Amino acid sequence: MRIEESDIPALARGCAVLGTGGGGDVRTGALAAARAVREHGPVPLVGLPDLDDDTLIVPLSGIGAPTVSHEMIHGEDEPRRIAAEVERLFGRPPGAVMSSEIGGSNGVAPVAWAAALGLPLLDADGMGRAFPEVQMVSMYVAGLPADLVVMSDVAGNVVTIRPVDGLWSERLARAVCVASGSSALMADYVLTAASARGAVVEGTVGRALAIGRATAGASDPLEALRQELGAVRLVTGKLTDVERRTTGGFVRGTATIEGTGADRGRTLTLELQNENLVATEDGAPLAMVPDLITVVDTETAAAIQTEGLRYGQRVTVLAWPCDPLWRTGKGLETAGPRAFGYDLEYTPVEELAEARRHG
Amino acid sequence: MGDVRTGLRIGIDVGGTNTDAVVLDAEGGVAAKAKRPTTADVTGGLRAALDAVLADLENRPGGEGARDRVSRVMLGTTHATNAVLERRNLGRVAVLRLGAPATTSVPPLSDWPADLRAAVSAGEAVVGGGHYVDGREIARPDLDAVRRLLDAAGADAVAVTAVFSPATAEHERAVGELVAAEYGLPVSLSHEIGSLGLLERENATVLNAALHGVAAQVTGALVAALAERGLRARPYLAQNDGTLMTVEQAARLPVSTIGSGPANSLRGAAYLSGVADAIVADVGGTSTDLGVLTGGFPRESAAAVEIGGVLTNFRMPDVLSIALGGGTVVRSAGAGPDSVGYRIASEALVFGGGTPTMTDAAVRAGRVPPGGGGWPRRLAAALAKAAGTDMTDISDTLRAALLAADEAVADAVDRMALGRADRPLVAVGGGAFLLPEDVPGVSGVVRPGHAEVANAVGAAIALASGRVDTILPAGESRSRAIERAKEEAAARAVAAGADPSLVEIVDLLEVPLSYLSEPAVRVHVKAAGPLAR
Repeated sequence: MRIEESDIPALARGCAVLGTGGGGDVRTGALAAARAVREHGPVPLVGLPDLDDDTLIVPLSGIGAPTVSHEMIHGEDEPRRIAAEVERLFGRPPGAVMSSEIGGSNGVAPVAWAAALGLPLLDADGMGRAFPEVQMVSMYVAGLPADLVVMSDVAGNVVTIRPVDGLWSERLARAVCVASGSSALMADYVLTAASARGAVVEGTVGRALAIGRATAGASDPLEALRQELGAVRLVTGKLTDVERRTTGGFVRGTATIEGTGADRGRTLTLELQNENLVATEDGAPLAMVPDLITVVDTETAAAIQTEGLRYGQRVTVLAWPCDPLWRTGKGLETAGPRAFGYDLEYTPVEELAEARRHG
Repeated sequence: MGDVRTGLRIGIDVGGTNTDAVVLDAEGGVAAKAKRPTTADVTGGLRAALDAVLADLENRPGGEGARDRVSRVMLGTTHATNAVLERRNLGRVAVLRLGAPATTSVPPLSDWPADLRAAVSAGEAVVGGGHYVDGREIARPDLDAVRRLLDAAGADAVAVTAVFSPATAEHERAVGELVAAEYGLPVSLSHEIGSLGLLERENATVLNAALHGVAAQVTGALVAALAERGLRARPYLAQNDGTLMTVEQAARLPVSTIGSGPANSLRGAAYLSGVADAIVADVGGTSTDLGVLTGGFPRESAAAVEIGGVLTNFRMPDVLSIALGGGTVVRSAGAGPDSVGYRIASEALVFGGGTPTMTDAAVRAGRVPPGGGGWPRRLAAALAKAAGTDMTDISDTLRAALLAADEAVADAVDRMALGRADRPLVAVGGGAFLLPEDVPGVSGVVRPGHAEVANAVGAAIALASGRVDTILPAGESRSRAIERAKEEAAARAVAAGADPSLVEIVDLLEVPLSYLSEPAVRVHVKAAGPLAR
């Protein structure tokens, strides 16, 4: 299939839901994608089996502070400079673009980048959701070496990093990003189609499209979304408190949602760290990272980012299972609750829901 | 009614159905009031309401020559809103963004409806300039590129938006000076209009530039209307946050007048009731707008505000509208959302018409406005006359409609009150009598006098304000930087006409920014105070 301009609103809605509160605002990326598709034509969406083993796949993502990317939008030339550098390094041009992170702006903006480069978009990403740190990707969990990062910024600089591991990759990329004005475009884990097999989360672009389409025109958008996701509805209520603090370059915070209607009397606490990470009720977890937790507007089922959470919003919290890759030992070590500093034993959201039904 | 022998001020609010006007005396009492239908050109209704309120004023004891004692006139109007919605009288704007080589992936006006873009844009360019978040230049402002666009565009006005101008405005100022000096065109600079968020701020800036002509018309019409009536009062315009601008400011920032209605009605409700923390329901002819007062000011909406299909980052009152008004049509299948509007006086059953309305439903249950004591009898007669026709069940239909309306109000109140049941509901607007005595979720229902003109009262009592929206370091220098931002906001309020000794900081919002190595916070400060005498 091809991604047309008319597909972009649904893709953006789906990416916002998969952003689990983070990943950046999808609107700017959607505008850039719509413009690029108008200018360069529809973008073919290809599956991993469609690609030859030695086809180069460039996972691209914008990194930086959401507030900065909302103000200093990407230039047009960053993807071209990265593609040129990849060709210089590998001796052949890239054959496909991939989203590193389907959740949020980095899920929809790759359509613009692929269109500008005249390349197909791979129906896959590196997370199946959004995560705050660059080593929190499926390629790392699958054991691919994090030995190359190519970055480009609005000024036209191109930086190639040869880090010794994923933690250094994160550390150096962040330093470059800050020097570039807290916004840059980045390719890491440049893949061949052969090395991508088993190391990426497949089908996630199509999934985001399906999620976005499920709510369009639905008489009950919330239920349509819940069914499409196969999600557990944790609570429906009002946001009664949001507390935020900045530590170590991340916004951490706690949101409190008091139940209304059938949930009256219940209080859900949501731990935030760019993304929604842990939902608890009376001190007991209802869902935790790496399972996906998204706060949506109860009426429209539109996802609300952590930075957009405000006292008084009428919201529903949905949670659903992550890709099985994140439930492996290394997956949980990389992006489980302890990786975010929560002293919690990971329990899958569906088991917690089952236990509550019988409790 | 108050004493009309001392200093007076007039508040006028142009609503969708009616244009209301009030005169307040020096003690703040309502000395005169009037309501006239809003006209398509807006200005006609404004003049009619002004004439009517002056007549009411001067017919009162001691009112002869009272117009000479009117020192200020405050106008909340929909001129600018209508111009954008109807794409009428809009100027052609040269749209300049200073940000290249950044921001080129989304050019200006990308998200505008095609017809509005065609009506407004005289040409767009993304040229060198703007700043990084840390205050460094992205590029020197490319003044030659600015001239190339302006030479080709033939624009009526210019909109200039530089990346991170709310924090660093020097590039916008430099281009503003060039445009004024070399082209003599009105210029809108984005840092004076909106906060961080490039596209939304740019959108608001372009709308502002397109409204220069409308602003001149409004301020011209207001000044002329005052002069024709021998009023030597100083004119002001109401803004979307419930504060005022001078006509000079309004000519520069016309976009700020969009959405002043809800803010005026909330502030008027606070003033008339003396309640600073409350839920307010403004019941009009077609809809009921619910808002929340916190410390006498409207709670602001967190959602982005769309004007004529264009997303802006204005801060507007958080308002929940439900389809319940005095003219809402009642049928056996349910009520509304359509309304007979201003034709209520001839179409409602109680007024001898043939259309059952929510007014009839309320009157049937004994709910009447002040002076409506005879209404239940008239309605009973109308219902008796209808007996035996296809309107046999009309009484039951009205009862069911009122029950549903009461439930809708209770639900809306609950959603706005967020579970806090300790605040009263202040009922204002011409249809306030529709609301029941007991509403679940509030401590009581307050029905202040003059509630039917609360919006015009809100315009009359509006404060002057100033705001600052910027990014500051979160470290030790943060508190000093915040103090400076507060001082700047207060200085802007004084520039808008506030009494320097009475200016207060009424809003301070800090949002930490993620991903930065140097921790930073986004700070929004608003100062406001009563007008200097």
